[in-house]
Amino acid sequence: MTYLEAIADGLREAMRADPSVIVLGEDVAVYGGAFKLTRGLLEEFGDRRVIDTPISEAGIVGAAVGAALVGLRPVAEMQFADFISNAFNQLVNVAATSAYRAGGCVPLVVRAPCGAGTHGGPFHSQSVEAYFFHAPGLKIVLPSTPEDAKGLLLSAIADPNPVLFLEHKALYRSLRGPVDGGLAFVPLGRAAVRRPGRDVTVATYGMMAHRSLEAAEAAAREGVEAEVIDLRTLLPLDLETIAESVARTSRLLVVHEDRLRGGLGAEIASYIGEHLFTSLDAPVSRVAAPDTPVPYAPPLEGAYLPSAERIREAIVRLARW
Amino acid sequence: MAAGNAPAWPAGAGTPRTVEPGRAAPPQELPEGIGAEDLRALYRYMLLQRTAEERIIHLYRQGAVVGACFTGYGHEAIAVGAAYALGPMDVAATLHRDLGARLVLGMPVRLYFANFLGRTGSPTRGREGNLHIGGLGPRILLHTDFIGANVAVAAGAALAFAVRREERVAMAFFGEGALATGEYHEGVNLAAVQRLPLALVCWNNQFALSTPVAQEICGPIVERMAGYGMPASAVDGNDVLAVYRAARTAVDRARRGEGPSFVECCTMRIRGHSEADDASYVPKALLDEWRPRDPVARFEARLREFGVLDSGEAEALRAGVVAEVDAAQAWAEASPPPDPTELERGVYCEARPWP
Repeated sequence: MTYLEAIADGLREAMRADPSVIVLGEDVAVYGGAFKLTRGLLEEFGDRRVIDTPISEAGIVGAAVGAALVGLRPVAEMQFADFISNAFNQLVNVAATSAYRAGGCVPLVVRAPCGAGTHGGPFHSQSVEAYFFHAPGLKIVLPSTPEDAKGLLLSAIADPNPVLFLEHKALYRSLRGPVDGGLAFVPLGRAAVRRPGRDVTVATYGMMAHRSLEAAEAAAREGVEAEVIDLRTLLPLDLETIAESVARTSRLLVVHEDRLRGGLGAEIASYIGEHLFTSLDAPVSRVAAPDTPVPYAPPLEGAYLPSAERIREAIVRLARW
Repeated sequence: MAAGNAPAWPAGAGTPRTVEPGRAAPPQELPEGIGAEDLRALYRYMLLQRTAEERIIHLYRQGAVVGACFTGYGHEAIAVGAAYALGPMDVAATLHRDLGARLVLGMPVRLYFANFLGRTGSPTRGREGNLHIGGLGPRILLHTDFIGANVAVAAGAALAFAVRREERVAMAFFGEGALATGEYHEGVNLAAVQRLPLALVCWNNQFALSTPVAQEICGPIVERMAGYGMPASAVDGNDVLAVYRAARTAVDRARRGEGPSFVECCTMRIRGHSEADDASYVPKALLDEWRPRDPVARFEARLREFGVLDSGEAEALRAGVVAEVDAAQAWAEASPPPDPTELERGVYCEARPWP
């Protein structure tokens, strides 16, 4: 099953299991979504539960908040993660603060295709997680495998909090993997060790999980064994799994597609620096995109995205520090 | 006091009309289904809002209320009249001038005091102040502090009712300032194209903080709203029966599945934006024009005129309201302030109701 099919399967299973789950967004019903991910849902669940909306990201997320407050579990689709800035107020100020303000549960999921690598240019390629990582009350997920994509989506829909579910669009059709049928939940908030290793810890997520694994294999040919941790859920962040690994390897590299400045790597590096200072044999390092908008032309976009080669170099450099 | 003949005014749904603020003619007959008990109840809610808010202003001046202090002084007819049109399963998204609506929908006035005083007896446990409360039972939606955003959230509640095929209605309260925001447009437009059961209640109090309505919105508001393909009417927002009648028309229409309607309640913000604002930018002539139209005093005079409230009854009712406010304030003051150890609690909901 592809990564895209796995997400669609998760959506379908959730809608079959619970009539309070609805899907709303731009072009999600008749057209089946810009990426055809929601194709077939209208036919199976009808136009009361699969709703085409006007172009209005704030209206979509605002309506999802209102529907969640009176008992539905809406799954709102942003056509591209880049468009979510229009819904920032509803997600960050309204939905995410509800529990703290008055114990108000807002069980909603905002799905958003993110990431570069498909030549989308500055408005259709962004990684948006760092903007939302700062928001208390929100959860953020970014799966890297089909199995996780389905299982984490099910957990996100079942969660009583607002969840930003980021999907890497470059993985939609390029990645295949085994996926369990039915309600195959994968819990939120737990990282997965994708490759064990004794020399360097690599904490990563999304498309970079794949490039980091490729880099780790290349580093292994040079005698360096990297442990690759796929974070899966970005908020709440499973810092314990990273710390447990770093306590063994004494070296940490954080790899993300998002820009370097103020990205998740900064938070992880700071946490490890504070809590494992005496265990470290090398400075915590980061490989990330440069602090620029995402460019369009292939030579620029290719240079923008962290490559497996850059990651391999960083792993080996840390190991030989 | 039985309902009279069918009212000749307002035309209400289907007939967009413009009324100069405060110049709308009062309805000549009682709205259908409104009897003497309803009239006394409407008056009591308005008086309760007024009395509670006057008390809060007093506490603010004493320093017992910290931060900002907003009231709906002069907006009582809108808050009470519109909410009174809702059915027992309907919900409302209320804002900082809508205490009366919350009272009608069942919020005990003690929670109002507890929230202003930042006490744990309030549903926000001191995380929010002012009238920023909601999520109270099934009928009052969680407070949203952005006027336009509030409308999109109310549209979402209406969407849920439509999805579940429930004959329920959502009502959104907001000031005319909201009409300039993008989120207002997105929420209203979604409700319009989806024909959602939503009643939009706008208090046009002529100022968004210091900005006069002419600098907020071009042209008559009801004409703009008619452009969304929904009925829009303007009523005297200081006449509780006029507000009730128009809101009832909107609510009934929504319940029939005919989509959203808009009611512009024309009024005037008699006090500052908040109690820290002396409103010196408001022309004195405007205040002189509106002060004699105080909605509470005016409705009391009408009830006496109708013969449903004599001097003795009015006095007893007033004493009852003051006693209720005294008790509410005392209850709130006895409620402990939050302990600092609570600071990081409750950022996330813990319950997992599904599967």
